[in-house]
Amino acid sequence: MKKLLLLTVFALATAVTYAGGYRVSLQGQRALAMGHTGVAVVNSAELGFFNPSGLVYLENKLNISVGGFGVFSDVVYQNEQTGDFERTNSPVGTPLYLYASYKITDWLTAGLSIYTPYGSSVDWEDDWAGSHLVNNIELAAIYVQPLVSVKLSPYFSVGGGPIYVTGNVNFNRNLNRTLSDIEGNRSEVTAEASGVSNWGWSASAMFTPTEDLRVGFNYRSEIILKAEGGDANFENIPNSPATPFADTEFSAELPMPAELTVGLSYQFQKKWLFAFDYNMTFWSVYESLDLDFVDPSIPDSKNARMYEDSSVYRFGLQYDATDMFTLRAGYYFDESPVQEGYFAPETPRNDSNNFTAGLSIDVNKHFAIDASFLYSRFKEVDASYDYYSENGQAVPFSGTYKTSAFIPGLGITYKL
Amino acid sequence: MKNYLKYLPFLALGVISCEPELDNPVDKVGFYSNGEADFSNYVAIGNSITSGYADGALYISGQENSFPNIMAQQFARVQETNGFTQPLMADNAGGLLLAGTQITSNRRVLAFGPDGSPAPKVYTGMQPTTDIINGLSGPFNNMGVPGVKSFHLLAEGYGDITGVPAGTANPYFVRFASSPQTSILADAVAQNPTFFSLLAGDNDVLSYATSGGTGVDQVGNLDPRTYGSDDITDPNVFASVYSTVVDAMVGTGADGVLMSVPDVTSLPYFTTVPNSALVLDAETAASLTGFFQAVAGIFAQGAIQQGVDPAVAQGLAAQYAITFNAGPNRFLIDVPVSQTNPLGFRQMTAEELLVLTIDQGALAQGYGSVVLTPEVMQVLGILQTGGTPTAEQAQLVLGAVSGVDDKDVLDTLELQALATATNAYNTTIKSVAQANGLAFADTNLLLKQVASGGVAFDGGVMTSAFVTGGAFSLDGVHPTPRGYAAVANLVIDAINQTYGSTAPKVNIGAYGTVTLSNEVQ
Repeated sequence: MKKLLLLTVFALATAVTYAGGYRVSLQGQRALAMGHTGVAVVNSAELGFFNPSGLVYLENKLNISVGGFGVFSDVVYQNEQTGDFERTNSPVGTPLYLYASYKITDWLTAGLSIYTPYGSSVDWEDDWAGSHLVNNIELAAIYVQPLVSVKLSPYFSVGGGPIYVTGNVNFNRNLNRTLSDIEGNRSEVTAEASGVSNWGWSASAMFTPTEDLRVGFNYRSEIILKAEGGDANFENIPNSPATPFADTEFSAELPMPAELTVGLSYQFQKKWLFAFDYNMTFWSVYESLDLDFVDPSIPDSKNARMYEDSSVYRFGLQYDATDMFTLRAGYYFDESPVQEGYFAPETPRNDSNNFTAGLSIDVNKHFAIDASFLYSRFKEVDASYDYYSENGQAVPFSGTYKTSAFIPGLGITYKL
Repeated sequence: MKNYLKYLPFLALGVISCEPELDNPVDKVGFYSNGEADFSNYVAIGNSITSGYADGALYISGQENSFPNIMAQQFARVQETNGFTQPLMADNAGGLLLAGTQITSNRRVLAFGPDGSPAPKVYTGMQPTTDIINGLSGPFNNMGVPGVKSFHLLAEGYGDITGVPAGTANPYFVRFASSPQTSILADAVAQNPTFFSLLAGDNDVLSYATSGGTGVDQVGNLDPRTYGSDDITDPNVFASVYSTVVDAMVGTGADGVLMSVPDVTSLPYFTTVPNSALVLDAETAASLTGFFQAVAGIFAQGAIQQGVDPAVAQGLAAQYAITFNAGPNRFLIDVPVSQTNPLGFRQMTAEELLVLTIDQGALAQGYGSVVLTPEVMQVLGILQTGGTPTAEQAQLVLGAVSGVDDKDVLDTLELQALATATNAYNTTIKSVAQANGLAFADTNLLLKQVASGGVAFDGGVMTSAFVTGGAFSLDGVHPTPRGYAAVANLVIDAINQTYGSTAPKVNIGAYGTVTLSNEVQ
């Protein structure tokens, strides 16, 4: 009986998990305004993320790009059978970036990049219908990367460098659909880990066959964040030997998948630049999220994710309107890595169509103000997560979801 | 730059309008239809089941999961309502105080013993704080009052605190009655409801059943003032009261739903302790069989000695030569001494039931069969060797028979009385519903389903098994939140059918069952 209850309580389909992909593609104002293209665009220090090998082609000695975004993203969920209706009240995300490059010689440039390519912030109302999967979650990973960019010939350059990642995660969910303490408060767990770090690398190349055409390639390695000694705090646990959930530590692994980008840019009629990028994010590394609790009386939690590698198709256009103004626009299609039946409400993203625009204002020959704007359009989707179970029986959580994201951004480019 | 600033408000507007919107959101007025019903002011009338009572007490989280509260939350998804107020207790301990003295028990919780075996125990983790001298100011949409029988709905002064010690008033109603003189019905009508639910009649049979039928079947007695608390209410009294209540509610212009009285003998209170729990090995079975042959022999001999015709004496004695087999055997029960059963005991029939509160330790010690003392064994030895025991010794053998007391068992006649009354009540309820064009929710049918096979849901099957089945709380009578959710769904279905509404049902898997705690004594 006791054992049965334990099992019941611990179908812990834990949620350090950010379905829909927790990739945050906001790594520069100029690139984002052009549909987040940039693997073959030589424009600013933003290359420090998109294609470090291109840094060596920047004309100025010192290039700095710094900026940030306001992410206004929310999700609405409903179940027509029960009438359950929920809207996230997620805090505004503020991913930031800083890129700097310094030309040492004509053929060698050094750089430093700081950026936040992975993250998630979703806040559902506590004890909502899907609270056994997630109440709220916050994930952030900061990448710090020293770079070199080397021009091997007028037509060809390579670049790259090691990446240091530090991340933190905080998520809260109810232990199951029903367990409550004597006061009727739902039993919940908060898992928190910060300062989780690891190393990775990126490598890139750029080929410039003619003055107007560039072709780029960039690969960023997979980095697995291994949280050891994270805090698992249990609250509202009944005072019973059948529910021995004392606060403990946990370990878990969360992958920041590898990403491959190839693309080209083409300059035409002097004032126009067209760019196309193809991204592949190797999400298939994210097969399962396993939480290993140090306390042996708390069963470990294994949760199938089974993500698939996913593609993004990006298109961008730039127009030098005047000496002062540069206008940009773009579009990209972002494929979800989540397979059918694995759609969980932690970051419920399905395929999206994304529209971008932006501009740069050259204030003087050193300073430019960059602004961009992204609107992500998600289709309404009927979806379910089928891998939560009670007493060995799968209990799907299904409903209709719609996500929206509206992301304005502002940055500065400095050249010397 | 100033020129651009004026566009900032539009940018802000853009942010706001960026909230995701579903094509067909359920929170939009009109997604669900209230049909011909108006749920804006729903009042629930009834007894403990309506109040959300569970685990032998009324407490806040139980009330929050009362079936009327669950229904009201679903109604609020259908149309704008005035909300649904309940006379919430002061805590989750349950238990009532009268001027500081506790008058009802705390709730029960599931506690685990040192050996890991679970058992329901009274929660002692906190003192009850709900003192009935602290009246609440209503009105309250949930007018469910634990312990109410049908005729109490009309009783004036039922909320008068001075009547509590004498039992003429109900401590739960005392808390929220609008005045000491009022009745439950008067307070319900005064709210001018647009919709009502009525579940009454359970307690008119239940207390008789839980008392093991020690009360009186008052059929034919039309004066409920003369009834004891464990009596069965006369069906004509029920019918008259029921019609009065419904007429008064319909008179306010309200639509509503009437709920049938469940067959209380299907509750875990009566189905948990099996009547065949006398499990014997072959040796014990044989010795018990031998014992009762001795009983029959002693009885026949005594009767013949008193001048009874030997054939008649043998015939009467035969009923006491009960055979026991290896495995489960049915218990013996005490019955009134009669000419056909001069010793006043017999074996239970397959249909007869034991109550949950029976002393199971005593059962293991021979309660319900025979208490075999060494002295009794000695007499049996004398009989086996062909000797003749003395009259005193013979009496010792007869006295060793230990039938289950009347208070612990529902026998055939008592079951019949319960069934007859329940059926009569339900006939009334159905015809009153039809006559008034009200919805009829067959609570009785739902209980039958739960008790025979169970009700499937997304996380398994909910059955009436005590503690583990999920439908019933630890008092064996009242539902768990999950059980109440199933009741709410049943009632919503009935309402939707009758009024053409489309109120959504809940997922019973999202509702809990029994509460664990080891804060017990």
